[in-house]
Amino acid sequence: MLINYLKIAVKVLMRRKFFTFISLFAISFTLVILMIGVSLLDSTFGPGIPETRIDRTLGIFKIEMRCPEEECTWISPGGYKLFNRYFQNLPNIELMSLSTEADLSYSYHQGEKIPSYLKRTDGEFWKIMEFSFVEGGPITTEDERNANFVAVINTATRHKFFGDQQAVGRTIEVDGQRFRVVGVVDNVPYLRQIPFADIWVPISTYKTGLYRDQLMGNFIALIMAPSSADFPAIREEVQARLKQVEFPDPKQWNQISAHAETFFERSSREMTGTPAREASQPLRAMVLIFAAIMLFMLLPTINLININVSRIMERAGEIGVRKSFGASSWTLVGQFVLENVLLTLIGGAIGLILSRFALDAIAKTDFFPYASFQLNYRIFLYGLAMAVFFGLLSGVYPAWRMSRLHPVDALRGAVQGGVR
Amino acid sequence: MTTTSAAISQPLDTQAGVELMIRLEEVEKVYRTDRIETVALTNVNLAVRTGEFISIMGPSGSGKSTLLNIIGLLDVPSSGKVVINGRTINSYSDRNLSRVRNEEIGFIFQTFHLINDLSVQDNVEIPLLYRRSMTGGERRRLAQEALDRVGLSSRVHHFPSQLSGGQQQRVAIARAIVGKPRVLLADEPTGNLDSQMGDEIMDLLEGLNEQAGTTIIMVTHDPRQAEKTERIHRLFDGRQVN
Ligand SMILES: Nc1ncnc2c1ncn2[C@@H]1O[C@H](COP(=O)(O)OP(=O)(O)OP(=O)(O)O)[C@@H](O)[C@H]1O
Ligand SMILES: [Mg+2]
Repeated sequence: MLINYLKIAVKVLMRRKFFTFISLFAISFTLVILMIGVSLLDSTFGPGIPETRIDRTLGIFKIEMRCPEEECTWISPGGYKLFNRYFQNLPNIELMSLSTEADLSYSYHQGEKIPSYLKRTDGEFWKIMEFSFVEGGPITTEDERNANFVAVINTATRHKFFGDQQAVGRTIEVDGQRFRVVGVVDNVPYLRQIPFADIWVPISTYKTGLYRDQLMGNFIALIMAPSSADFPAIREEVQARLKQVEFPDPKQWNQISAHAETFFERSSREMTGTPAREASQPLRAMVLIFAAIMLFMLLPTINLININVSRIMERAGEIGVRKSFGASSWTLVGQFVLENVLLTLIGGAIGLILSRFALDAIAKTDFFPYASFQLNYRIFLYGLAMAVFFGLLSGVYPAWRMSRLHPVDALRGAVQGGVR
Repeated sequence: MTTTSAAISQPLDTQAGVELMIRLEEVEKVYRTDRIETVALTNVNLAVRTGEFISIMGPSGSGKSTLLNIIGLLDVPSSGKVVINGRTINSYSDRNLSRVRNEEIGFIFQTFHLINDLSVQDNVEIPLLYRRSMTGGERRRLAQEALDRVGLSSRVHHFPSQLSGGQQQRVAIARAIVGKPRVLLADEPTGNLDSQMGDEIMDLLEGLNEQAGTTIIMVTHDPRQAEKTERIHRLFDGRQVN
């Protein structure tokens, strides 16, 4: 019975090549869109090297200062002084680290100008982030304290400077400063904005010490807790510390606000345009992302449903005939379920292959440097299940309706539909 | 199976004590659309003995197809009772109806109603698909046998669109007889064919009736073909005329 159904299903799919093609296209396209969306989200927000501990890490990414009249605001990352003076010895935490945002810097190497993203970090940064080292080791607290001119570089930078030969122990010049390479790490995808850079050096190697005096600047504070259960206490403490801030010129700026937030909350803030003084709204961001994916999938899905309905309607005659010769309603529904599942699975397989190609192609563009997109098989299965669901809904529901008809009515429908 | 004594005591049962294959009691069929009400059948009573070969005649639109569809369980009467092989069908569930359609009845449509996507062989196998515990080999063998019977064994891999009208009709007949039903219902099986082809089909039906004892009800416009059957049942404007 099953083999016979399969045979019929394959035959029908082969004979209705156009419908089959459109259906397969709709299914695989829907899945590819879903997979690309999910992959992008996954490689931005999901745990992954070096962000393996983001589930228990908070950051203070943006500070907002306001003037007495409340009419002027200044939003920027925090300054070294803010964190160094007011955020020492936070209770209930494991580690706290300061690092700068990655800045474009230039090197001259064998007569060529090489741009790289440079990030300055302390030693703790390397204990919170879990980089994968190809050579050597991280910048240490010692390096930061003694202002050692050492650098960790990624493999892309090693390739540019040393042509894939061992780099540890050799020196590179960046923005007119010379650093001794102490470690080489795998490329960090651009989408992982907090750890991302090409070259990492100690903060204390800044050309001047001016940064030590600033409340606002380009520093990010990372706070790693023993577990996310400690987050509420930490957030509260951060608010308490902010109240202690003394302003150098209270007539100019006299209020400060910031939040300790997760990496996803940080992105949500940017996505929803929530000001720094308000708490981030990750739920709203999630709804936005979800809505965007749904919107993208809506068209192919509607298409799929349409095609399926007309595909079944066209086969009223077949349903009438089968019914006349003893097929029960459930048997017929079974036949269409099988047909739809088969179609969906084929579409799914194509979608999986296309997704792989599409993700590789996107990774190759300079859109997301160093990205390597993973296929999320769990989400793929969700997508496939959804395709099966829509397939069943759109294919089997009309089939079921039709199979409930008296055979004559189904046969008559076929005559009207133009099938003899 | 013999009809029960209760059934025999029904006023309609004139052939008491004889095996009845089909019995219709006061069958009525009304088609209701928005404004129009078409009465296709009124007060039709019919009793067909097991192994009988009868024909139904009447002008176009007199309700012949409607009647045959009701006997073949392809349609339900608006009122009245349908008894097949001693079983009152009216209250049957979808599943039981399918079983009776599958095992007891073979239907030959006025328009052939072959599935264009399937080969001749696969079309003929359809009734056997819904038999439990039948192997593919057995299905193929039975389909071959039925096609042999209608003289089409050389066309098994063709598709309906590659056949002439007469050949298509014979495929339809093969499909109707492949499951060895006890009742064969034929709606103008010779209507679309020339008289020689019509005679061949008639011979085929007569052979089935005589050799296999199949009960046959045939709708026809052709008095010459109707003459060959045991009994002619006439309809006029949805009523029986005798
Ligand atoms: N689905 C329907 N809806 C409305 N009226 C119908 C329907 N089917 C049949 N009728 C009407 O019922 C009557 C009987 O139709 P039926 O098809 O049984 O006639 P027939 O005797 O088989 O005619 P023919 O010899 O042309 O095949 C006709 O008046 C027809 O218009
Ligand atoms: Mg008719």
